[in-house]
Amino acid sequence: MIEVRDLRREFTVTTKVGRFRREKRVVRAVDAVAFDVAAGEAVGYVGPNGAGKSTTIKMLTGILVPTSGHVRVCGVEPSRGRRELARRIGVVFGQRSQLWWDLPLRDSFELLRAIYRVPAGDYRSRLRECVELLELGPFLDTPVRQLSLGQRMRGEVTASLLHGPELLVLDEPTIGLDLESKERLREFLADLNANRGTTLLLTTHDLDDIERLCPRLVVIDRGTVLADGALEELRAEVAPERVLVIDLEKPSGELAGLPGVTSSRVELNGLRHHLTFRRADTTAAALISAVATRAEVHDLVVVEPEIDDVVRRLYARR
Amino acid sequence: MAESVYAKLVGARLRGQMSYRASFLMQCLAQAVNQLAELAIILVLFNRVSALGGFSVSEVVLMYAIAGTAFGIADLVAGQLDELPTYIRTGTFDVLLLRPLSTLAQMMASDLHLRKVGRIAAGVGALVYALGHNDIAWSVSTAGLVVLAPISGAVIFSAIWVAANAVCFWVVDGQELANTVTYGSNAFTSYPATVFGPWLRRFFAFVVPGAFVAYYPALALLDRPDPLGGPALLGWISPLVAVAAAVLAGLVWRTAVRHYRGTGS
Amino acid sequence: MRAYAFLALAGFRRYSTYRQAMVAGMATNVAFGLLRLAVLVAAVTQGAIAGYDVAATATYVWLGQGLMAVVVLWGDKHLSDRVRSGDVVVDLYRPWHLQLALFAEDVGRACYAVAVRFAPPVAFGALLFPFRWPSIGTLPAFAVSVALAVAVSFGLRFLLNATTFWLLDNRGVQALYTALTWLLCGLAVPLAFFPEWALPIVWSTPFAAMLQAPIDVFLERGSPWPLLAGQAFWAVAVVAAGHLVLSRAVRKVVVQGG
Repeated sequence: MIEVRDLRREFTVTTKVGRFRREKRVVRAVDAVAFDVAAGEAVGYVGPNGAGKSTTIKMLTGILVPTSGHVRVCGVEPSRGRRELARRIGVVFGQRSQLWWDLPLRDSFELLRAIYRVPAGDYRSRLRECVELLELGPFLDTPVRQLSLGQRMRGEVTASLLHGPELLVLDEPTIGLDLESKERLREFLADLNANRGTTLLLTTHDLDDIERLCPRLVVIDRGTVLADGALEELRAEVAPERVLVIDLEKPSGELAGLPGVTSSRVELNGLRHHLTFRRADTTAAALISAVATRAEVHDLVVVEPEIDDVVRRLYARR
Repeated sequence: MAESVYAKLVGARLRGQMSYRASFLMQCLAQAVNQLAELAIILVLFNRVSALGGFSVSEVVLMYAIAGTAFGIADLVAGQLDELPTYIRTGTFDVLLLRPLSTLAQMMASDLHLRKVGRIAAGVGALVYALGHNDIAWSVSTAGLVVLAPISGAVIFSAIWVAANAVCFWVVDGQELANTVTYGSNAFTSYPATVFGPWLRRFFAFVVPGAFVAYYPALALLDRPDPLGGPALLGWISPLVAVAAAVLAGLVWRTAVRHYRGTGS
Repeated sequence: MRAYAFLALAGFRRYSTYRQAMVAGMATNVAFGLLRLAVLVAAVTQGAIAGYDVAATATYVWLGQGLMAVVVLWGDKHLSDRVRSGDVVVDLYRPWHLQLALFAEDVGRACYAVAVRFAPPVAFGALLFPFRWPSIGTLPAFAVSVALAVAVSFGLRFLLNATTFWLLDNRGVQALYTALTWLLCGLAVPLAFFPEWALPIVWSTPFAAMLQAPIDVFLERGSPWPLLAGQAFWAVAVVAAGHLVLSRAVRKVVVQGG
C-alpha cells in the first residue's frame, strides 16, 4: 500500500543574523526514511514535534514533492499523480478542516460527493454507515461552525471516507478531543481497519491512540526512523522490565533474594511489594510461586511499561 | 461532469452568504456605491475641465464603464485569490491539494462573493449610459466589440489577479504588492492611457496589459486614432490578448504551486 | 492614566512587528499616489482649479497617501469580531473604560503610522515633485488637525463596530461606510473640485474632517481656525455618541454563542 525508500526532504531556512543580514541554511526535515505498509495494516507514525512526521505525510499525500527518494502510495507516485491518488486515499488533518465552515455537514458531504464523483448508491450506503457508527444524526443539518470539536472531527472522518479510500491517513486526529470523543473515534477507526480492511496510517502525540489502534509503530526523530516494529517487540527490546505488584495478607519486610528480581520497593507498611524483573530472566508465574512460598498472597497485578516510556527510552537511546 | 462540481461549489458558497440577508443587500449596495463613486469623481473633474488626456467626458465615461464592468466580473471570479495568503498560512491550501481537482479552479470557486454583482450592475448601467452618449457607428463589429470588450477585460484582469497573487507562494507578505498590480490596473484602466506618464503607461498598459481592457477597445468603438500612435488594429485584439494573458497566468500559477510543493526549489 | 499610556505603547509595538508588510505597503502607497497624481495633474495643467496648481495638487496627493493609513479611512473589525465571538464580555468587565482603552491603542497605532506610513510617501513626493511647504507656524496647527482627524476616525469606527451589538452581521454597514468615506473625505479628488452647490453638503459630513481638513490646514487654504473648530466639533460629537452607545450596549450585552 505504501512504499517508501530513502526518502529525503530539504528546506531552505532563512534566519536573521543581526539587524539586516540574513543567512540561508538547508535543513533536512526528512532524511533517508524507509518503510513499507501492507494493505490492511494499521501503523502509528510517532515522533516529537519537528521530527518530520507532517513533512512525511505531506509527501505521501502528494502535497509536497520529495527532494529525493522513492515513494509509492497505492502504486501511484504521489507528487506526479496527485489527483489520481486523491481519489484513492482519505486524509484527515486534526488541525485543519476540509469541511465548509458555514454549510451544514450534510451539504459539505454532498459537495465532496460531487468533487470525488462518488456513485449515488455507494455514497448513500457509506454515509448511512458513518452516520450510524459515528452518531452524526443529531447534527447533520448544523452548520460546521456551530459544531463542537468532537462533532466536527467525526464529520471530518466521514468526509474523508465518502469516496471509499483504500488508505486513510490521519494527522493528529484526536488532538484536543475530550476523552469520550477520543474513545468513540478510536473504536470507529479500529472497526474500519478490522472489518473493512482500510489501511490506516496515523501520526499522533497521544500514545493511547497507538495502543488502541496500531499493532505496529514507526518511530521517527530528527528526520530519521529510530525504530520500526510491533509495539510488543519494541517494548521487549527497549523496556524489558515488567513490574509485579503483590499485596500480601500480612506485612512483611523486603522480600530479598527472589530469583530474577532486579529491584524491589515496599509500600503500605510492608503490605504492597513492587518487584521489577526482566522477562528474559524469569516469568511472572515463576515469580508468583516463589513469593507464595514466603508469604500469603492477597492480590497481584503485572504492570507493563507505559508506551510513553517505551518511546522515551527510544529517544534516549540514540 | 466536472463543470457541475464547480457549479455546486459556487452554489454552496452562495447559500452560506445569503444567511444574513440585510447585510448582504447592504454589501451589494456598497459595491455599487464604490463603483459609482469612481464615476462621480470623473464627473467632478469634468465639472472643472472639458477634456482629460484629450478625451471628452462621455469618452472617458465609456472607458471607465468598460473597465469597471470588466473589473467587477474579474473581482467576482478571481477576487477570492486575495485570500491566498490566509489559505497558505492556515493550511487550507493543503486541503485543496488533497482533492482531485485543479487548485486554481477550487480557489476561484471557494468563496465567490455574490455581493460583487452590485459592482457589475453599476458598471453595466454606466456602460449603457456611455453608449448612448457617444457617437458610435453601429455595425455588427462594433456591437460585437461592446459585448466582447468587457469580457476580454474581465479575463485580462483575472489573469492579472492570478499571476500577481501567485507571488504569495514566494513572498509571505506579497499581498500588498499583488494589490498594487490588481487594483492599480483598475485605477489605470478607468482613464485614457494618455493621462499617464511614460513609465506608468509602459507598466500598466503593456507589462500588465491594462490598455487592452478599455482604452484600445474604446478607441475602436469611437473610431478615433490613438493619440499615442498605436495602430487601429489594437482596438480589436483584446480577446487575443486575453487568451494570451490567461495562458500565461495559468503557467505562472502552475510554476507557483510547483514551487510551493517543492519541485525545483 | 498609566494603563492607557501602556496600551498606546502596545498599539505602537504591535504594528511595528510587520516590517516586510510595511515595505510592501510603502511601494503600494507610492504606486497609487503616482496613478492618482497623473489623473489630477492632467486636469490642473490646463489651468489651476479652485486654487490647486500643480504644486498644490502634488502636495495634496502625497499628504493624502500619507494620511490615509494614519487616519484610517476604512472600517476596522477588531471590536466587531470580539462582539461576535462573545469575547467582548472580558473587555467590558475589565477595570477600564472600553472606549478610552481602544482609543489609547489607536493613538499608539497612529503614532507608528506617522513614522512609517506618513513620512515615506510625503518625503517621496516632496523630493521628486513640486511641493508646497507651509510656513513653520502652520505645522503645529497641522499636527493638531491630524490628531483631531484620528479622533474623528476612531469615533466613527467605534460607532460602526458598536453596531455589532445590535446587528449580528455588520459587514454591510462597514462596506457602505468605507465606500462613502472614499468619496467624501477628499481622498480621490479635492473637495474644492466639487460643484458650488455640493460644497456645503460635502463639508457638512464628518468625513471631510478626516482628511480634507488637515490637508487644507497644511496647504493654508484660508484660516486654520474654522477647520480646526469643525474637526473638534465632530471629534466631540462622535466620541460622545460612542460613549452613549456603549453604555446602552453594556445594558443589553447579548453574548453570541459564549
